[in-house]
Amino acid sequence: MKKKSLVAYLKEKRVLFIVIGIALISGTIILAFAWTAGLVGGRITTETFLQDTPKTYPAGYRRAHGKGICFEGTFHASGKAVPYSVARVFAQQNVPVIGRFSLGSPDPYAPDNSTRTVSMAAMMTADDGEQWRMKLNNEPYFATHTPEGFLEQVEAYKPVPKTGAPDPAKVAAFLKNFPEAQKYVQWDATAPWTRSFAGAQYNVINSFILIDARGRNQAVRWSMRPHAPFTSWSVSQRKEASHDFLFEDLKKRLEKGPLYWDLVLTLAEPGDPVNDPSQVWPENRRQIVAGTLEVSHVFDQTKGGCRDVNFDPTRVPKGITLSDDPVLAARAGIYSHSHSDRVREIGYGKATDAVGKPQKKNSTK
Amino acid sequence: MAKNKNIPSAPPTHFNVTARILHWLMASMILTMIFVGLGMMTSLTWRPWLLDLHIPLGTAILLLVIIRFINRLSFSVPKMPASMSNFQSKAAAALHWLMYGMMLALPLTGWAQLSAGGFLVKVFPGVNLPAILPQNPFLFALMHDAHKVMAWVFFLMIIGHLSAALLHAWVYRDGLFSSITWTRKTINRSENPLPDAQGNDKNNVGNESLT
Repeated sequence: MKKKSLVAYLKEKRVLFIVIGIALISGTIILAFAWTAGLVGGRITTETFLQDTPKTYPAGYRRAHGKGICFEGTFHASGKAVPYSVARVFAQQNVPVIGRFSLGSPDPYAPDNSTRTVSMAAMMTADDGEQWRMKLNNEPYFATHTPEGFLEQVEAYKPVPKTGAPDPAKVAAFLKNFPEAQKYVQWDATAPWTRSFAGAQYNVINSFILIDARGRNQAVRWSMRPHAPFTSWSVSQRKEASHDFLFEDLKKRLEKGPLYWDLVLTLAEPGDPVNDPSQVWPENRRQIVAGTLEVSHVFDQTKGGCRDVNFDPTRVPKGITLSDDPVLAARAGIYSHSHSDRVREIGYGKATDAVGKPQKKNSTK
Repeated sequence: MAKNKNIPSAPPTHFNVTARILHWLMASMILTMIFVGLGMMTSLTWRPWLLDLHIPLGTAILLLVIIRFINRLSFSVPKMPASMSNFQSKAAAALHWLMYGMMLALPLTGWAQLSAGGFLVKVFPGVNLPAILPQNPFLFALMHDAHKVMAWVFFLMIIGHLSAALLHAWVYRDGLFSSITWTRKTINRSENPLPDAQGNDKNNVGNESLT
């Protein structure tokens, strides 16, 4: 039996062309693979958003909002949102909630007076098994209308080593490209800083769609509106505040009893900028109190609980779906990388401080 | 084909119809799946939508590979062409079994990863698969990495499989490729290559009995 080797075939020219053709086909698919994986072409991917994460923090911490505390509580639905959404959470009397209060700084050791941004994250699990994850901020709107704008903002506001302040030319160029960010800059410069997690209102910022029993859609944003009054502090009070002032305050308040927030849904009307998180909707939009969140106690995040939860706001229950807000969609991938990066560190035993184990020397700051 | 199962006559020239349908159906699903998975991990815009596609598609692949596996074990399959070396035949067979393994392991690790991460395995809105692992950082890390590494390895296997298949179809023309298609050309066990090799005859479904 005579076997023809590949080399023998290649000696015929025609075969050589076929082999080149096959190599081209395979090469094209490999190239498409590499492009989709973000390995070639240099397109912005969700991993681009994590490249600035400081590598100096110990393993296992969140890539953003590193300093936080877990909470447990219950959501008591009012039933008033039932006509707008079939989500079970809107009908159920007591929905268990696991959540987290955090500072806006990525630094897990940030002093509490170092940022004006405070956040609440929550995951409600209804009795039909559906989960509602949300991530809320005390900011009223996002700075830019796209996620790419956020990257430009971060780049523009990076302190120049010489002066320790951002380059004014870069900031001006950013504001020219994203004029809507002016509103955010203004808010950041003037709005009072909250002096307590308990009195802050937490806003979802992005838009979602409620789906009712007949399949009709209603665009919506929501906020957690505190029962405790808003308190602020003077600049001198703030400067003198202790390192963990906000977290200590939260613990002290909860020792006296639960804290409450109303879940307020704001319903969009036709023409409202649903797909633009940098724009607010008019003041007179209809609001519904869908229920009340009762936060009953907090515990250290090193103990687990909220620590390993990805509060990805795109993971919504049946009866709620995503709007075409591009910043919302971008969060999904970014949160996923942040979550898998840190949970891998914890899972493989690299985390120390983040899981309450004594830290190795030199691995801290 | 099924009737020939236990008859020790000549082996079939084609994979049975079930195998051929499953091969091409799953080939398109798996290739789609790999790009959906990659896009999910990079896209700023499409991740939620791609994830909603990834899970039901993965569930379907898991079900189909079980059927395919049973079918593969239940019926005899065409022999490799005689012109292939022993080493080539063994390598091809090993690759095929590894690919079956990947088709099974990838959906399972994906499912396990979501379970260990505390996520719902959403097939459709309101329809979730049960968790197959408890929520645990170590299990999540392991399943996450296994899923990723296997997906990349599987992709390279598919490229190798495709290149080899095209080589057989266009260069060797030994009938290996047509054993998974509906063309008439049969596996050539002599060293006498058919001169009119191009098997464009799509209307010969059921010609497997011509041996």
